[in-house]
Amino acid sequence: MTRFTLPSLTLGAFVALTAPALATECIAPAGPGGGWDFTCRQVSRILHELNLVPNPVQVTNMAGAGGGVAYTHVVSERADDADLIVAASSATTTRLAANAFAGMTADQVRWVGTIGGDPGVIVVAANSPYQTLADLVAAVQADPASVAFAGGSAVGGYDHVKVLMLMSRAGFTDARAIRYVGLDNGADAITQTIGGFTQAMTGDISEIGGFIRSGDVRALAVLAPERVAGYDIPTATEQGIDLVAMNWRGLYVPHDISDEQFNTWADALRQVADSAQWQQVMTDNGLAPYTLVGADFQAWVDANIAETQGILRAIGIIQ
Amino acid sequence: MDLFSNLALGFATAVTPYTLMLAVIGCFIGTIIGALPGLGPSNGVALLIPISFSMGLDAMAALVLLTSVYYGAMYGGRISSILLGIPGDEPAMMTVLDGYPMAKQGRASDALVISGVASFVGAFLATIGLMLLAPVLSRVAYQFGPAEYFALYLLAFCTLGGVGSNNQAKSALAALIGLGIAMVGLDQTTGMERFTFGELHLMDGVDFLVAIVGLFAVSEVFVFIESHGKNSAIGVKLGKVTVPWGALKRTSGAMLRGSGVGFIAGILPGAGASLGSFLAYVLEKGVAKDKSTFGKGDERGVAAPEAGNNAAAGGALIPMLTLGVPGSGTTAVLLALLLTLNITPGPLLFTERADVVWGLIAALLIANVVLLIMNVPMVKIFVKILMVPSYVLLPGVTMIAFVGIFSLTGSGFDMQMMVAFGVLGYVCRKLDIPTVPIILGILLGNAMEDNLRRAMVLSNGDWGYLFQSGISIGLWTAAILGFVAPLFLRGFLKKPALPEANQD
Repeated sequence: MTRFTLPSLTLGAFVALTAPALATECIAPAGPGGGWDFTCRQVSRILHELNLVPNPVQVTNMAGAGGGVAYTHVVSERADDADLIVAASSATTTRLAANAFAGMTADQVRWVGTIGGDPGVIVVAANSPYQTLADLVAAVQADPASVAFAGGSAVGGYDHVKVLMLMSRAGFTDARAIRYVGLDNGADAITQTIGGFTQAMTGDISEIGGFIRSGDVRALAVLAPERVAGYDIPTATEQGIDLVAMNWRGLYVPHDISDEQFNTWADALRQVADSAQWQQVMTDNGLAPYTLVGADFQAWVDANIAETQGILRAIGIIQ
Repeated sequence: MDLFSNLALGFATAVTPYTLMLAVIGCFIGTIIGALPGLGPSNGVALLIPISFSMGLDAMAALVLLTSVYYGAMYGGRISSILLGIPGDEPAMMTVLDGYPMAKQGRASDALVISGVASFVGAFLATIGLMLLAPVLSRVAYQFGPAEYFALYLLAFCTLGGVGSNNQAKSALAALIGLGIAMVGLDQTTGMERFTFGELHLMDGVDFLVAIVGLFAVSEVFVFIESHGKNSAIGVKLGKVTVPWGALKRTSGAMLRGSGVGFIAGILPGAGASLGSFLAYVLEKGVAKDKSTFGKGDERGVAAPEAGNNAAAGGALIPMLTLGVPGSGTTAVLLALLLTLNITPGPLLFTERADVVWGLIAALLIANVVLLIMNVPMVKIFVKILMVPSYVLLPGVTMIAFVGIFSLTGSGFDMQMMVAFGVLGYVCRKLDIPTVPIILGILLGNAMEDNLRRAMVLSNGDWGYLFQSGISIGLWTAAILGFVAPLFLRGFLKKPALPEANQD
C-alpha cells in the first residue's frame, strides 16, 4: 500500500453512491490500482470462474481514511448484507488496533480469511556492516540510537509494528527507544537506506524485490513461514527469532449475516485459494501462500490485534 | 545511445492513434484556455484533471491529454495578449508590451506568427534540455535525505515568494495558509488525527484537487461575475495570415536567447514561466542596440518572451519529475496529477517508470508539433473563439468545476469545500494575495513537515542536523537569497504595472 493516501481522487467513490448492488459486491476500500483493489478484482474474477457466485461480482472502490470510510459504511449501513465482501490486509487490522477508524473495532465485522501474503523483509544497504539479522538486532540492543529503521508506513503503521514485533521477540523490551522513520512508500524508504540516511529498512518483498535483485540492498531476513521462492533469503525463524509477518490479502464480511452465510463465504474463499487461477495470480504478483479461513482466521485476527495493541500501547500510540 | 533508445521507448508508449487524438484535442482545448483571458494553464489543467479521470483514461492517456493542454495554454496565452492587449494568462504578460502595439499597427498576423514560432522554438529546445538534464539530475537524488528535502521545499516557497511575486509578506502569508490547511488530516508521523473534528472526510486531509479547482477556477468565476465580462473581445480584426519569413529570420537570435533564459528560470523551483518571459524580455532589451522600438511593436519583444515562457514551462518539469518539487503553479497541478495516477516523482521514476517519463517527453514533442500547426496556419479559429461572450463561458466553467469534482469524490462535502476555496481565492485576489503559494503549501506541506520530523528522529532532536551537508547549506543559502534579494533588486528590475492575473 502506498502511504501517500489520495483515496478520494477516484471515480470509485462515485460508483459507490449509485444504487444498491444487484449482484454480489466486493468493496475495495481504496482507489483503483492498490492492493485492496487487486484483491477484489482477482478474487471476484476467480469466484465467478469457479461458479461460486451466479453473476460477475461488481467491484466498488470506496476510498477514504485508509479504509475507514468503507469500514464505517459496512458497519453502519450494510451490517446484514450477505452479498457483500470487502478486501482487507494487514493495514486494515493494524489500523483497527491503532484505533484509527474513529472508534470502530475489529469485532464489528466478520473476518472470512486470507488467501495469500506478501512476506515482510528486513534489508540494509549493500555496504552496511550488518551481515545477519543477529548483527542488526545486537546493534540495536547495544545502542538503539545507532540504528534508524525506515519503512513505508506511518509511526504505528504496519511496517513500524513489524520492527517492534521483531525486537520484542528478540527480547528487547524498550520499544520507545527504537528509532523508526515513516516514509510515503517502500521505494522512498529504500532510497533513504541506500543513501545512508537510515541504517535498515522494513517492507514487503513485492515492493523491494527489484532492489534486492539489483544488489543495491542486502536482505537479512524474510518474515515468512518458509523461504520465498526466487530469493535466497533466510527466514527470521531460521535465525532464531520466531516472527512471521505476512502482509496478508483477504476479506471481511458484514457482522450480522447468519453463520450459514458466513460459512458459505469461507468455503468459497478456500476454493479460490486452492484454485489453479489463484496460484497463477500469486506467482505473477510475488505473493506467497498464506491461507487461513473461517474460525481459524477469526482467531488469528483476534490474537494479532491483541499483540499489536500491546506494542502500540508500549510506544504510546494508544492508551 | 541510451537517449535514443529511451526516446524510442517513449514514442512507442505515447504514439497510438488514440493518444495522438487526445494530444490534438488537448492542444486545441489548451490553446483556447490559454487564449481566454482569465483562464490560464494552471486553472485550465486543474479543471481538466477531474474530467480526465471520470473519462477513465489510463495513466499515459491522461498525461498526454493534460500536458498537451499545459503546452497548449502556454501557446494560447499570446493570442489575447496580441489582439486585445489583455494577457490570456500571466506568462503571456510580457507579450502584450510589443504584441498589442504591433496589432494596432495592423501587423497582428505577423505578431501571431512570430510568437507562434517563438513558442515552438522555446518549447522544443526546453523539451530537449529536459531530455538531456533530467536523467542526470535524477541520480543526484540519492544524496537527498530528510534535511535536504526540507531545505529544498523551503527553497521552493522562498523563490516563489521572493522572485515570483511583488510582495514577500503576502506570499509568505499565503504559503502559511497553505501549510496550515495541509495540517488537517492524519499525521503521517504518528498516525494521529489533527483538526478533523471527528469528520471522516477530513481524515485524509484536504484534497488538493478540490483546493486547486476552488482557488483557480471557482474564484475566476467570482471575478468574472464582478467584472461583468469587461474583457470580452468585441471588435477584434485579423486579416489574412501570412508567414513573414524576413521577420522570423530577424528574430531568430531573440528566440534562442529567450529559450535559454526561460529554461534556466523554469528549473529554479518556484520561479516558473512568468519569470522566464520577464527575464527573456529584459535580456532581449538589454542586448538590443536600438532600444527605442521596444514597447512600440518590436518583433523581438514578441519573440523573446514567448520563447522564454514556453521554455520555462519545459524547464519547470525538471525539478517536478526528478525531485517531486514543482517549479510553478501549473507544474504543481501536474504533480497532483502524477500523484493521483499513483506515479511518485523522484529519482526512482526514471528507472522504475521509464515508460512514463519518456512517454511524457514524447508527448511533449508531439504536442509541440501539433501546436505549431494549430497556432500558425489555423490561428483564425482561435480568434473566433475569443469572441465567446462571458455569459456562455462562465456557466461552462462553473459546470465543469462542479461535475469534475463530484465525479472524482462523489462527495457533497468536497463540493462545499471547493466553493469555500473559491471564496478564499476571490478574497485573496481582492487583497492581492497570491494563491499559488497556498496550493504549494497544501501540496508540499505534509512532505515538508514529514521530512523535518524524520530529520529530527534521525538526529535525536538536534536542529544542527538540518545544516550538516553541503547540499542543504547550499539550498538554505539559495532559499534565503531567493526570498530577500528581490527586495533590493526590485528597484532595478521594475516590473511593468500590469494587472496580476493568475501566476503560473
